[in-house]
Amino acid sequence: MITPASPPLSILYFAWVAEQIGCRQEQCAAADEVRGLTIAALLERHAKTSPGHTAAFARPDRLRAARDQIFVSLDTIIGDARELAIFPPVTGG
Amino acid sequence: MRDVRIQTDAFDTGAELARLENLPGGAVASFTGLVRDDNGLIELELEHYPGMTESALADLADAACARWPLLGVVLIHRVGPMHPGDRIVLVGTASKHRTAALEACAFLIDRLKTDAPFWKRERFANGQSGWVEAKEKDDQAAARWDK
Repeated sequence: MITPASPPLSILYFAWVAEQIGCRQEQCAAADEVRGLTIAALLERHAKTSPGHTAAFARPDRLRAARDQIFVSLDTIIGDARELAIFPPVTGG
Repeated sequence: MRDVRIQTDAFDTGAELARLENLPGGAVASFTGLVRDDNGLIELELEHYPGMTESALADLADAACARWPLLGVVLIHRVGPMHPGDRIVLVGTASKHRTAALEACAFLIDRLKTDAPFWKRERFANGQSGWVEAKEKDDQAAARWDK
Protein backbone atom coordinates (compact mmCIF):
# COMPACT_ATOMS: atom_id res chain seq x y z
CA MET A 1 0.00 0.00 0.00
CA ILE A 2 1.33 3.41 -0.91
CA THR A 3 1.00 6.10 1.74
CA PRO A 4 0.10 9.41 0.11
CA ALA A 5 2.82 12.02 0.60
CA SER A 6 1.98 14.56 3.27
CA PRO A 7 1.49 18.05 1.79
CA PRO A 8 4.46 20.33 2.41
CA LEU A 9 4.41 22.66 5.41
CA SER A 10 6.12 26.05 5.08
CA ILE A 11 7.11 28.09 8.11
CA LEU A 12 7.48 31.85 7.54
CA TYR A 13 9.23 34.27 9.89
CA PHE A 14 8.88 38.05 10.11
CA ALA A 15 10.53 41.04 11.80
CA TRP A 16 13.02 40.17 14.59
CA VAL A 17 12.05 36.51 14.48
CA ALA A 18 13.36 36.32 10.88
CA GLU A 19 16.47 38.31 11.83
CA GLN A 20 17.36 36.08 14.77
CA ILE A 21 16.82 32.88 12.80
CA GLY A 22 18.62 34.27 9.76
CA CYS A 23 15.98 33.26 7.23
CA ARG A 24 12.42 34.16 6.26
CA GLN A 25 11.07 30.79 5.20
CA GLU A 26 11.73 27.11 5.86
CA GLN A 27 10.12 23.87 4.74
CA CYS A 28 9.25 21.69 7.71
CA ALA A 29 11.30 18.52 7.13
CA ALA A 30 9.03 16.09 8.99
CA ALA A 31 5.65 17.64 8.15
CA ASP A 32 3.60 14.47 8.79
CA GLU A 33 5.18 14.00 12.24
CA VAL A 34 4.23 17.47 13.50
CA ARG A 35 0.62 17.77 12.31
CA GLY A 36 -0.77 16.52 15.61
CA LEU A 37 1.25 19.09 17.56
CA THR A 38 0.31 22.58 18.64
CA ILE A 39 2.30 25.45 17.15
CA ALA A 40 3.89 25.98 20.60
CA ALA A 41 5.04 22.34 20.70
CA LEU A 42 6.47 22.64 17.17
CA LEU A 43 8.45 25.72 18.22
CA GLU A 44 9.79 23.93 21.28
CA ARG A 45 10.94 21.03 19.10
CA HIS A 46 12.27 23.35 16.38
CA ALA A 47 14.20 25.53 18.87
CA LYS A 48 17.06 23.02 18.84
CA THR A 49 17.68 23.56 15.11
CA SER A 50 20.21 26.40 15.56
CA PRO A 51 21.27 29.02 18.12
CA GLY A 52 19.18 31.53 16.16
CA HIS A 53 16.06 29.36 16.51
CA THR A 54 16.81 28.91 20.21
CA ALA A 55 17.03 32.69 20.70
CA ALA A 56 13.95 33.48 18.58
CA PHE A 57 11.71 30.93 20.31
CA ALA A 58 13.05 31.46 23.87
CA ARG A 59 10.06 33.60 24.93
CA PRO A 60 6.84 32.20 23.44
CA ASP A 61 4.87 34.97 25.19
CA ARG A 62 6.57 37.42 22.80
CA LEU A 63 5.50 35.43 19.73
CA ARG A 64 2.32 35.42 17.67
CA ALA A 65 1.28 33.04 14.90
CA ALA A 66 -0.82 32.66 11.79
CA ARG A 67 -2.08 29.37 10.36
CA ASP A 68 -2.78 29.56 6.62
CA GLN A 69 -2.73 33.37 6.94
CA ILE A 70 -5.27 33.58 9.79
CA PHE A 71 -4.15 34.79 13.25
CA VAL A 72 -4.30 31.92 15.75
CA SER A 73 -3.03 31.29 19.29
CA LEU A 74 0.11 29.22 19.80
CA ASP A 75 -2.14 26.52 21.34
CA THR A 76 -3.63 25.78 17.92
CA ILE A 77 -3.06 22.31 16.45
CA ILE A 78 -1.13 22.45 13.14
CA GLY A 79 -3.43 19.90 11.46
CA ASP A 80 -3.61 20.19 7.67
CA ALA A 81 -2.08 23.69 7.49
CA ARG A 82 0.10 24.42 4.47
CA GLU A 83 1.66 27.60 5.85
CA LEU A 84 2.52 28.67 9.39
CA ALA A 85 3.95 32.07 10.25
CA ILE A 86 5.72 33.10 13.45
CA PHE A 87 6.23 36.77 14.29
CA PRO A 88 6.20 39.41 17.05
CA PRO A 89 2.98 41.25 17.97
CA VAL A 90 2.00 43.46 15.03
CA THR A 91 2.77 47.21 14.97
CA GLY A 92 1.18 48.67 11.84
CA GLY A 93 -0.80 51.85 11.30
CA MET B 1 -16.75 52.04 -3.65
CA ARG B 2 -14.09 50.11 -1.75
CA ASP B 3 -10.38 50.55 -2.36
CA VAL B 4 -7.82 48.64 -0.24
CA ARG B 5 -4.16 48.98 -1.20
CA ILE B 6 -0.70 48.12 0.09
CA GLN B 7 2.01 50.00 -1.74
CA THR B 8 5.57 51.29 -1.47
CA ASP B 9 4.74 54.57 -3.24
CA ALA B 10 3.57 57.73 -1.50
CA PHE B 11 -0.11 58.65 -1.90
CA ASP B 12 -1.94 61.94 -2.35
CA THR B 13 -4.42 62.34 0.51
CA GLY B 14 -6.36 65.09 -1.27
CA ALA B 15 -6.83 63.03 -4.43
CA GLU B 16 -7.92 59.97 -2.45
CA LEU B 17 -10.42 61.92 -0.36
CA ALA B 18 -11.76 63.69 -3.47
CA ARG B 19 -12.83 60.26 -4.77
CA LEU B 20 -14.86 59.78 -1.59
CA GLU B 21 -16.29 63.31 -1.89
CA ASN B 22 -17.54 62.49 -5.37
CA LEU B 23 -19.86 59.85 -3.92
CA PRO B 24 -23.45 60.96 -3.25
CA GLY B 25 -23.06 61.31 0.54
CA GLY B 26 -22.79 64.27 2.85
CA ALA B 27 -19.87 63.15 5.01
CA VAL B 28 -16.25 62.12 4.48
CA ALA B 29 -13.98 61.28 7.45
CA SER B 30 -10.31 60.40 7.34
CA PHE B 31 -7.27 59.46 9.39
CA THR B 32 -3.71 59.94 8.17
CA GLY B 33 -0.81 58.30 10.05
CA LEU B 34 2.59 60.00 9.69
CA VAL B 35 6.17 59.09 10.57
CA ARG B 36 7.19 60.99 13.74
CA ASP B 37 10.78 62.16 14.28
CA ASP B 38 10.80 60.99 17.92
CA ASN B 39 14.25 60.63 19.54
CA GLY B 40 16.18 61.44 16.38
CA LEU B 41 14.45 58.88 14.17
CA ILE B 42 15.68 59.09 10.58
CA GLU B 43 13.94 56.11 8.97
CA LEU B 44 10.97 53.87 9.65
CA GLU B 45 10.76 50.63 7.72
CA LEU B 46 7.45 48.82 7.41
CA GLU B 47 7.52 45.08 6.86
CA HIS B 48 4.40 43.04 6.15
CA TYR B 49 3.14 39.54 5.37
CA PRO B 50 2.30 39.63 1.66
CA GLY B 51 -0.98 37.88 0.96
CA MET B 52 -2.21 37.88 4.54
CA THR B 53 -2.04 41.67 4.80
CA GLU B 54 -4.29 42.15 1.78
CA SER B 55 -6.90 39.74 3.11
CA ALA B 56 -6.72 41.18 6.65
CA LEU B 57 -7.36 44.72 5.36
CA ALA B 58 -10.14 43.51 3.03
CA ASP B 59 -11.79 41.76 6.01
CA LEU B 60 -11.60 45.00 8.03
CA ALA B 61 -13.20 46.98 5.20
CA ASP B 62 -15.95 44.32 4.95
CA ALA B 63 -16.53 44.49 8.72
CA ALA B 64 -16.83 48.31 8.59
CA CYS B 65 -19.26 48.13 5.66
CA ALA B 66 -21.37 45.54 7.50
CA ARG B 67 -21.53 47.68 10.66
CA TRP B 68 -22.09 51.18 9.25
CA PRO B 69 -23.99 52.44 6.19
CA LEU B 70 -20.92 53.45 4.19
CA LEU B 71 -20.85 54.66 0.61
CA GLY B 72 -17.10 54.30 0.28
CA VAL B 73 -13.94 53.11 2.05
CA VAL B 74 -10.34 53.88 1.14
CA LEU B 75 -7.63 52.02 3.06
CA ILE B 76 -4.04 52.60 1.94
CA HIS B 77 -1.00 51.35 3.88
CA ARG B 78 2.55 51.90 2.72
CA VAL B 79 5.38 49.39 3.21
CA GLY B 80 9.15 49.77 2.88
CA PRO B 81 11.40 52.59 4.12
CA MET B 82 9.83 55.93 5.12
CA HIS B 83 11.09 59.13 6.67
CA PRO B 84 9.81 61.67 9.23
CA GLY B 85 6.78 63.51 7.90
CA ASP B 86 5.93 60.79 5.36
CA ARG B 87 2.41 59.42 5.29
CA ILE B 88 2.21 55.76 6.37
CA VAL B 89 -1.49 55.03 6.31
CA LEU B 90 -4.74 56.59 5.12
CA VAL B 91 -8.21 55.57 6.21
CA GLY B 92 -11.07 57.36 4.48
CA THR B 93 -14.79 56.73 4.84
CA ALA B 94 -17.82 58.25 3.14
CA SER B 95 -21.40 58.09 4.33
CA LYS B 96 -24.63 60.06 4.16
CA HIS B 97 -24.06 61.47 7.65
CA ARG B 98 -21.09 62.18 9.87
CA THR B 99 -21.63 59.64 12.66
CA ALA B 100 -21.18 56.57 10.45
CA ALA B 101 -18.19 58.09 8.64
CA LEU B 102 -16.41 59.13 11.87
CA GLU B 103 -17.11 55.90 13.76
CA ALA B 104 -16.14 53.64 10.86
CA CYS B 105 -12.91 55.60 10.37
CA ALA B 106 -11.97 55.20 14.06
CA PHE B 107 -12.89 51.50 13.97
CA LEU B 108 -10.72 50.89 10.90
CA ILE B 109 -7.56 52.52 12.26
CA ASP B 110 -7.98 51.00 15.75
CA ARG B 111 -8.47 47.51 14.32
CA LEU B 112 -5.79 47.91 11.66
CA LYS B 113 -3.24 48.41 14.45
CA THR B 114 -3.97 44.99 15.98
CA ASP B 115 -5.48 42.90 13.17
CA ALA B 116 -3.10 43.37 10.22
CA PRO B 117 0.41 41.86 9.93
CA PHE B 118 2.69 44.89 9.75
CA TRP B 119 5.89 45.46 11.74
CA LYS B 120 7.87 48.70 12.16
CA ARG B 121 11.63 49.00 12.44
CA GLU B 122 13.13 52.31 13.58
CA ARG B 123 16.54 53.68 12.63
CA PHE B 124 18.04 56.58 14.54
CA ALA B 125 20.64 59.24 13.71
CA ASN B 126 23.06 57.74 16.29
CA GLY B 127 23.15 54.46 14.35
CA GLN B 128 20.86 52.53 16.68
CA SER B 129 17.88 50.63 15.35
CA GLY B 130 15.22 48.30 16.65
CA TRP B 131 11.76 46.86 16.17
CA VAL B 132 8.84 48.81 17.62
CA GLU B 133 7.10 47.00 20.49
CA ALA B 134 3.34 46.56 20.39
CA LYS B 135 1.48 48.84 22.82
CA GLU B 136 -1.15 47.67 25.27
CA LYS B 137 -3.18 50.81 24.66
CA ASP B 138 -3.54 49.76 21.00
CA ASP B 139 -5.11 46.48 22.17
CA GLN B 140 -7.45 48.46 24.43
CA ALA B 141 -8.39 50.83 21.59
CA ALA B 142 -9.16 47.88 19.30
CA ALA B 143 -11.13 46.07 22.01
CA ARG B 144 -13.57 48.95 22.45
CA TRP B 145 -15.14 47.89 19.13
CA ASP B 146 -15.79 44.32 20.38
CA LYS B 147 -19.52 43.92 20.74
